Amino acid sequence: MDNVMCSQADKFLGMVPYDWTMIVIVPVAKILFIIAVIIGLYTPLATLVERKLSAAMQDRIGPNRAYIIKVGGKPLTIFGLFHTMADALKMFTKEWTTPKSADKFLFYLAPVIGLVPALLTFAVIPFGPPIQVCDRVVPLQIASINVGVLFIFAVGSMGVYSAALAGWASNNKMALLGALRASAQSISYEITFGLTLVGLMMVFHTVRLDSMVAQQVDLLHWGVFLQPLALVLFFTAAMAENKRIPFDLPEGESEIVGYFVEYSSMGFGLFMTTEFIEMSAIAFLTTALFFGGYTVPTWVATDHSFAMWNVASELWPAAFFAIQMAAFFFKVTVLWLFQFVVRWALPRFRYDQLMRLGWRIMLPLSLANIAVTAIAILAADGDAAKGTEYVMMTGLVMIGLFVLSLFYSRKPRQSGDSGHGHDHGHDEQQATVAAAHH
Amino acid sequence: MSESYLPIFILFFVTLGIGGAMLGLAYVLGPRKPSAIKEMPFEFGSPNIGTARERFSVKYYVTAILFLVFDIESVFIYPWAVLFRELGWFGFVEMLVFVAFILVGLVYVLRKGALEWE
Repeated sequence: MDNVMCSQADKFLGMVPYDWTMIVIVPVAKILFIIAVIIGLYTPLATLVERKLSAAMQDRIGPNRAYIIKVGGKPLTIFGLFHTMADALKMFTKEWTTPKSADKFLFYLAPVIGLVPALLTFAVIPFGPPIQVCDRVVPLQIASINVGVLFIFAVGSMGVYSAALAGWASNNKMALLGALRASAQSISYEITFGLTLVGLMMVFHTVRLDSMVAQQVDLLHWGVFLQPLALVLFFTAAMAENKRIPFDLPEGESEIVGYFVEYSSMGFGLFMTTEFIEMSAIAFLTTALFFGGYTVPTWVATDHSFAMWNVASELWPAAFFAIQMAAFFFKVTVLWLFQFVVRWALPRFRYDQLMRLGWRIMLPLSLANIAVTAIAILAADGDAAKGTEYVMMTGLVMIGLFVLSLFYSRKPRQSGDSGHGHDHGHDEQQATVAAAHH
Repeated sequence: MSESYLPIFILFFVTLGIGGAMLGLAYVLGPRKPSAIKEMPFEFGSPNIGTARERFSVKYYVTAILFLVFDIESVFIYPWAVLFRELGWFGFVEMLVFVAFILVGLVYVLRKGALEWE
């Protein structure tokens, strides 16, 4: 049976040279899969989930009107699912305006510059176990390159150009302010973003994402247990770079409209799309780095032979492959939803708080995390099991340090406020009186 | 080795195509009725005073320079992080000294109030 199917496949593939199959056809298939999942599924769903979750957290119903057909005289709405299509259509058919004083070329270029690096991030993230098709092993990762994590740093930092160029090209003072805030914020958190992953590089002794995931087969070797502080810092820094809500100062609607104030129709739509794509990119990355990627925390999974799926062999490995894929997308979806929940759970930072968090708390902590991880691994003196144990113990200590540092940072400021110290009681009284009146 | 980067180039052009197609489609589908007011930069409805080609706070420049310093530092940390098992305690102390030098700079900058945004 095996041989028949394989030889059939070989005969079919024999029409194209073998190299082209692996170099072009297989990667293109993987790219199409990722694009379909990200742009076809997660991004449209994000527009709906954002509104539905906001509604749920504010005790409203949320979008539930859009429909295409009526069934039995009643419109078929399916939890407002058609709003995703309505939103997309609306973006495409709105009027396109360009300010006269704008730098036209950069103005059109900026949204595209944001989209490209956001999607490029997915190139190195393994989204499934390597599958074996006849005699070929196909890794489910668009590009299995040896610089893995470094590629993500390189591409991830490109996103700042989009905001900076959009704000500058608009020739609008508010947009420029938004762009400046966005740039300063992105670069401040960029360092923490880069340094937190150094801990993982040290623990897994590689920069390749596929081998990082492969080392997380055992539940206790998941990045979240080895580098808990790195997870907290990484997720925070990633959300800050994506300018999502506790960090959305560059687009604070109530003060400055943001760096994309001049964009209408799809120009604005692309910025939103980029934000949603980056949310799934963060979820994908965090899953691969900290939550074991496609690995399933079972006692079966430790047998590596099951990780290979032979198309032409019996069903059970195929089922195991399906479970692994499902596990990956389950983890991704949970982390993705978590980012929506954070939006309504936390208020927006003030700019000085944002900068203080980035430079005074997260940066020193990420450096401390590297030093402590290095000490833990070096103290084990080449003993891998002992090293893992030490790293896990120090990880808990680091989390404690993090909580302590948060308390320390809540200490009220000494300078500036001291002159008005005696007024506070008075102010509070006035505030209570005012509240009672309304 | 270099052919493993080919998929990234394919993906790059695919995403460029998607971005261009989305903008192009909106450009074609959307109506366009330009008027003088629509083409003015929107600054909360009041008439614009001057352009946005203004000078801005020096704090952003300080942040950018600090970023450069620490980004270079992290570039130095990456190769060490990959090789630190082989380099052992000696390499670790060397890296600590290097990081300490830069941290002294950060403490100095913070004490000087370069990152006070109030």
